[in-house]
Formats: sequence, C-alpha cells, structure tokens
Amino acid sequence: MPQSAVLKVKDGNLPNAIKDFLKGLLEKNLVEALLVPVELPSGNNVMLTLVTKVEKLEDARPLAPVMPVNAAKIVSTLTKLAPSEKKIGVILRSCELRALTELVKLKQADLTNLILIGIDCLGTCSVATYGMFCRENASPAEEFLKRVADGDDSLLREACRICEYPAPINSEASDITIGLIGMDWKEGILLQAASPEGELIIDALELGAEGDPSQREAALAALTEERIRQRDLLLQQTEQELKGQDNMLQLLAPCVACHNCRIACPICYCKECLLDSPTMVEFEAEKYVSWAEQKGALRMPADSLLFHLVRLNHMATSCVGCGLCEDACPNGIALMKPFRLVGLRVQRLFDYLPGRSLDDELPLTAYREEEFGELGYK
Amino acid sequence: MADLDGEFEPVLVGFFCNWCTATAADLAGTTRLQYPPNIRPIRTMCSSSVDPVYILKALLRGADGVFIGGCVPGDCHYVSGNFKERRRIAAFKTILDTLGLEHERIWLRWISAAEGQKFAATMREFTAKMKELGPSPFKKGWSI
Repeated sequence: MPQSAVLKVKDGNLPNAIKDFLKGLLEKNLVEALLVPVELPSGNNVMLTLVTKVEKLEDARPLAPVMPVNAAKIVSTLTKLAPSEKKIGVILRSCELRALTELVKLKQADLTNLILIGIDCLGTCSVATYGMFCRENASPAEEFLKRVADGDDSLLREACRICEYPAPINSEASDITIGLIGMDWKEGILLQAASPEGELIIDALELGAEGDPSQREAALAALTEERIRQRDLLLQQTEQELKGQDNMLQLLAPCVACHNCRIACPICYCKECLLDSPTMVEFEAEKYVSWAEQKGALRMPADSLLFHLVRLNHMATSCVGCGLCEDACPNGIALMKPFRLVGLRVQRLFDYLPGRSLDDELPLTAYREEEFGELGYK
Repeated sequence: MADLDGEFEPVLVGFFCNWCTATAADLAGTTRLQYPPNIRPIRTMCSSSVDPVYILKALLRGADGVFIGGCVPGDCHYVSGNFKERRRIAAFKTILDTLGLEHERIWLRWISAAEGQKFAATMREFTAKMKELGPSPFKKGWSI
C-alpha cells in the first residue's frame, strides 16, 4: 500500500487539484458524504457544507482562508447523538483536528465511519476581511496563500499569526494529510496516509508517484520555529499588560455577558452552562441589592470576571488557541491572548498538549499520587 | 471588617470535607482548642466537590481567603477525590497566578479526622497569613 503520493496540480490550478481529489472520494464511493467549506451562492463567504453529490463540489473552497466556525463543533453536531452510519469525509485544519480530538475525549463526538482529512493551513482571516478580499481578488484563496507564504501576515487573524501548528499534529486521529507547506503549488502537493483507511484511499485514487515528505518537513520546521518566536513575543507582552486585577477589569470592561465567546468556543460543550444556570444568575432584586450594598454599587450585568475566569478554568487544559472566542465578541475584547497564555501555562503544568493524542488522558480526569506536594501548587 | 481595636479581621471561608477536616474541626471544638473565629465553615461531602467556581465566587463576593480541607492522601472516602481536587486547585492557581490575581488566598490542606490539634494550628496559621495579606482587592471592586 502506498504511504504517500504526489497530488499533481494541473495547469497550475491548486484549488482545482484539491477539488478533483475530493471529487474522486465521492465518485469512487470512498465516502458517502463530504464535510467541506463551500462558497455560498452569495459569493462573499464559505461555510462548512455536507456534500453528497459530486456536482455540488464545484463551489468547494477547501483552501479558503477563513474559519467562520470551528469544524470540530460541526463534527460534534453530526455525531454527538450517535456514531455516523454513513462514511463521511471531513476536511480539517490543525486547530480543528485538535479540537475534535479533545471533543472525542470529552465524549462529544465520535469518529466511527469518519475519514479525517487534515490539511496544512497557513492561517485564516476574519469573515469580514475574507468578504472584502473576495471582492478584490478573482482567486482569493491562491492570492492569500501566496501573500502569506511570501511573509506578509498582515491579513492573518492574530491567533493564526502565532499558531505553532500550521500542519495537523495528531496523525493517529486523521486518515490523510494534505501537505501544502514547502511544496511547489504549481506542480504538485503531498498526500500522506496516516491510517490503513488513508492508504486505501491513496491506492484507490491511483495517483502514481510516491511523495517525498522531506521538503515539506524542512519548510514546516522553519515555519513552526518562526511562529513559536512570534507567539512567545506576543504572549510575553500580553502577560506584562494583563497582570493584576485592574488590567483584567480594563480588558473585560466592554463585556456585556452575551456569552458569544462561549458559543464560538469548540471546547465549551455543556448542554446547560453553569454560567447561565439559576444558581448563577436568577436572583430576586433584593439579592442583587444586598450585593450592591456590600460594595456600594454593583455592575450590571454582574460577574464578568467570574464568567471569564470560570470559562478559562473549564477549558484551559483543552484550549487549542483557534481564537474564535475573540472573533465572536461583539465588543472586540482581545480574549485570544489571555486564553492562549493561560492555556499554555496550565497545559505545561500537566505536560498536556490538547489534540496531541486520543490516548493522553484529560488532565482534570486523572491524577498522580506523587505530584504538587501537599499544598496543591508549586 | 475590623475588630474593636481597629485591626483588620479577614473574612475566611472554609470548605471542609465531611470525613476528615470537618470532623477534625469538631474534635478541636470538643477538646476546647482555641483558634480565631474568622473562618466560616462549610461542610462538603468531599474536597473534590469544591469546584473552583465556589472558591472564586467567595473571593469575588468579599472573602479574603478560602480554605479547602481534604483527607490525607490515600485516605479519601471516595478513593481519589482529594487527588483530583489537588489537580483542580493546581490548575486554578496557575490561572490566577498567570493573570496576576492573588492565588495565595486559596489554601488546600490535608487534615485527618484525628488531627484536632493540626486543625486548630492550621486555622491559626491561615488566619495570620490572610491578615498579613490584608483585605482582598476584590472586596472593593464593584465593577467586577
């Protein structure tokens, strides 16, 4: 069985090459449906779309540099009630694949009958930026990729600028990886099988020549190093700016308790969120007045700090840094940086990397008898 | 809060596991051991039932310190509750520490049901330490 193959790019048209690959999956009945980004008829956005007919793949935009929703959340929608009985292929970026791995461990998604196709992602822009970019460019995805590859990251969301995992990391969870980084996009890109299913697919598509991963690996290592440098720089600055109650309150001052950040977060999954529950928010006026009396005044809606700290506490171990919380904020609160900063610290504490492996136990469901001493910290 | 001499008296909340620390508190009482009255005890069925949200809410609503008392490692009535709580507290303290919020106001200690003396001594130590830290900055913040 071939482990890898070169996906030839005809006429230098990269999006079409990937589209043809996807069409092959449906045509050869390797999958019964595909969950891929498809351009909406309006022409100014792409959305994940469950496609069953080959001709509907004409408008597929697997390279569109935009992530309106983290795909892990959609996979959870599809498989939370019961494992899929149909074979579904899903295209996922690294942060989506990592979030999905976490959701599987949290029992919010099931990988049965799913073919996971990881794809290299150089970064995404906001939905609004993408809409504008589409109006200005005939082939937005290619133009975007070219700019980012040439070192112009001005269009990238901040979360993507410091993303140290531009390539899918958990190959065991995925079946195939589409490798773009370090490849000549006018010639051919790399398909790498990560499971026996993936090998079957590469075999069935009769792609011919085996690929050479060394070129991609070298480019990926360089990109990762640069991203880590940028990440550490930004988070160092964040820590200085953010430390202390006053700075935290300044950050959260615009919070109107809409809880959109929680809804956009791929990791927050509770059907009934504690922070919306009667325990937390349903009180008589008398109660609120008594709290106001304690301090002379009470901000309403109350408990912005409580909300964000509790949310951090619930998902910091699994935060993949996709930054969609920040995109979802109606008042532009820069949530990504503190969440990444805190996430990294908490994850390091348990030597845990979200999305690394399905076998790594979730830190808060496990324990070691000898750790942290008696005091519980440091 | 200040006592008659105008000295700062911290408001302290204690979550005591039913099987150990709460019983140790009882033992301290029946053996007439003295310790400061600042702590407001809340009995829980296990230290692991103390979710950080309770700790946080206590602090944000005006407590100066929160104490969680659990069973000595190996003695948990539910086998591993105290180990799991220790992980949660470690994660929670890391979050607070990273954001420059005072994680020192949260104490997790193991006190067995037989350790009335240790309970009283720990309460004295905790109260003294929280007095030293002074009033929690959350106390005054009405805009939190």
